[in-house]
Amino acid sequence: MARVDVIMPQMGESIAEGTILRWLKKVGDRVAKDETLLEISTDKVDSEIPSPASGVLLSIEVPEQKTVPVQTVIAIIETEGAGGVAARGGESAAPDVTGVSAGVGGGVAGGGRGVLEAGVEPAGAGAGAGVLGAGGPSGGRFYSPLVLTIAKEEGVGLSELEQIPGSGEGGRVTKKDLLAYVERRRAASGGVKVSVAGPSPGARPGAGAVAGAGTPVDDPALRKKYPSPAYEVLQMSPVVQRMAQHMVLSVQTSPHVAAVHEVDMTAVVKHRGEHAAEFERREGFKLTYTSYIAGAVVKAIKKYPLVNSSVEGERIIQKNFINLGLAVASESGLIVPVIKHAEEKSLVGLARAVNDLAVRTRARKLTPDDIQGGTFTITNFGVFGTMIGVPIINQPQVAILGTGAITRRPVVTEDDAIAIRSIAYFTLSFDHRIIDGALGGMFLEEIVQNLERFDSGTKL
Amino acid sequence: MAATTYIEAIGRGMREEMERDSSVFLMGEDIGAYGGAFKATRGFLEKFGPARVIDTPLSETAILGAAVGAALVGMRPIVEMQFADFVSCGFNQLVTNAATMHYRWHLPVPMVVRLPSGGYIHGGPFHSVNPEGWFFHVPGLKIVAPSTTEDACGLMKGAVRDNNPVLYLESKYLYRRVKGDVSGEVVEIGKGMVRRPGDDMVIITYGSTVQQSLDAADRLAREEGVETRVVDLRTLKPLDTGLILDAVRATGRVLIVHEDNLTGGIGGEVAALIAEGAFTYLDAPVRRLAALDTPVPFSPPLEEFVLPSQDKIFHALQELRRY
Repeated sequence: MARVDVIMPQMGESIAEGTILRWLKKVGDRVAKDETLLEISTDKVDSEIPSPASGVLLSIEVPEQKTVPVQTVIAIIETEGAGGVAARGGESAAPDVTGVSAGVGGGVAGGGRGVLEAGVEPAGAGAGAGVLGAGGPSGGRFYSPLVLTIAKEEGVGLSELEQIPGSGEGGRVTKKDLLAYVERRRAASGGVKVSVAGPSPGARPGAGAVAGAGTPVDDPALRKKYPSPAYEVLQMSPVVQRMAQHMVLSVQTSPHVAAVHEVDMTAVVKHRGEHAAEFERREGFKLTYTSYIAGAVVKAIKKYPLVNSSVEGERIIQKNFINLGLAVASESGLIVPVIKHAEEKSLVGLARAVNDLAVRTRARKLTPDDIQGGTFTITNFGVFGTMIGVPIINQPQVAILGTGAITRRPVVTEDDAIAIRSIAYFTLSFDHRIIDGALGGMFLEEIVQNLERFDSGTKL
Repeated sequence: MAATTYIEAIGRGMREEMERDSSVFLMGEDIGAYGGAFKATRGFLEKFGPARVIDTPLSETAILGAAVGAALVGMRPIVEMQFADFVSCGFNQLVTNAATMHYRWHLPVPMVVRLPSGGYIHGGPFHSVNPEGWFFHVPGLKIVAPSTTEDACGLMKGAVRDNNPVLYLESKYLYRRVKGDVSGEVVEIGKGMVRRPGDDMVIITYGSTVQQSLDAADRLAREEGVETRVVDLRTLKPLDTGLILDAVRATGRVLIVHEDNLTGGIGGEVAALIAEGAFTYLDAPVRRLAALDTPVPFSPPLEEFVLPSQDKIFHALQELRRY
């Protein structure tokens, strides 16, 4: 019968804090070692945290949606021992629990007293008691049978229910209100629902737009100013809020300059055309242009390493490794998974890394480290048909490459003939604090040359 | 091809059943040479002859009693009550005899009773009755209530082929106001239908108030962007409970509409069914909109005041939505 502290884990080398998304156990619940105890969010990735010990959840020290530094004690588990919980409930644990439930907006369903009592019952009873106990009028509010049913299914506790603004008669919480709340809560829990080449037109650097990034919210203050249905008031998800902050910060930090070069992708298109089918048979996934572009970028960075750096005060931190970020659109906002040590990878290695990130992004299996530590970013707005875009630098990096759509066009060749070639525009946005137009232009031209002179004999 | 009216669709259903099955025959007051009070059987006497299109005395108890007897010996009578109101004169034949034969003797009683029902026609208290409440309570009877031309024909066919006594409610108001195509397919008794999709609220209705409900739902969608599902019960007995409960689970807000009086009406039974089967899915109290508990007045403004209307349904939906 010992107490075990549950701490906010460090989910990546560079991570200093984490946000509690959801407690999956309530105070008084039994929990087995390694059973998922809670979900946390660090930056944009959600993680399930297993319980460090078997026992009874004695207290929750940090409520949902709160952000605390790593190593903070977030809960206490009492390891197995007869009668322990009930005994403690009377003395030291009781103030803890009460304190938590009073301070928490949501999550610790049912409030302290009822849950503690439920805690001595078999596992599972606590949850039911906490939520369904709301059958009668509580806190002066009436909840319809349907609202209570949904609350139970979605694990919305009574105290949480009471926080939801109601749009029904006399402020009653309707099904719609509750579903909108559940949707917001889901979005707020990081929602890394991502499609690498999804149709969402926003959520990429450069494009700047944020689309499909909010959930409807009933804001009494704004409802008057913006009457429905002429207006719709949307709540920014945390991911979008962070994207917004990051973009403003980046533009304020770095004087952006952009250069646009035309690139003849014919050699690459031809090479890919010849190898795509065999490659897909062998590797089990499609060969993308992104892999070729990544290869060309890595090669160019090796020649001009200053673009692969960051600025700290009057110092430039130039990196001798290349962590290549790939911006992708996600339903809830921008996400940039990173290929670590891209400089060590062959074209096939890059292709595998690109595919791996794409698959795991879609499956929501990215770890915090997957989106950390980028040193240079590529954003492919061409997949949406964009010809030329001006991306915003992904801080603290100093340059970002935007690649436009590849289109077949007549061009004048070196021998004054007119030929049909596969043409695209590439934009390099760079931080003019440390990169001047000459370096920016030369670096970009190096990428162009790497692609235009792509060796048709390259083995895959 | 010109669209078929509701009353023509009833006639087509009867005619095609008579053509298909020689045991099907008609009885009623003035249905032969006169073609029926509403001309539903015009031309039937000429086509099928006096042995199968029988004019009867003005005695509903005799007509219904004869129909029960004919059904017991293997015929399939369709009888017309000139107005549904008058079926009360033959009440005993239906509730005591027709409805119980199967339970007493295991004998089928395949008969159809046509009941020209309802108001909106300034017919006054003796010619505007909706009789379903009287019979809904009685085990052994089936009740259908078509709201479209397709169902008017299809449910007639389904009723004729059913081995139980079936009360066929036909809305006089719809006779010549509803027009549409008719496939001639049999409509299965006991199956309702979603006439309009929607997940915000549901109207459960039948007969003359189906079209009003659809119009009100369309108006609400137009004006307030709320999508109301409209469920047409089509058969009142037995009720399509699955369809009703599914609609409640999908929407959580229910308005029941019928032209019959509120008290003791079908709506009460539907509401009870919902309370028993889908309580935890309700986001608002079940509401009923029906005729006031009075006889239907003759005076047009008073009749309008008593009976449901598109406007009343619309306002009830608004209230339900606000809850």
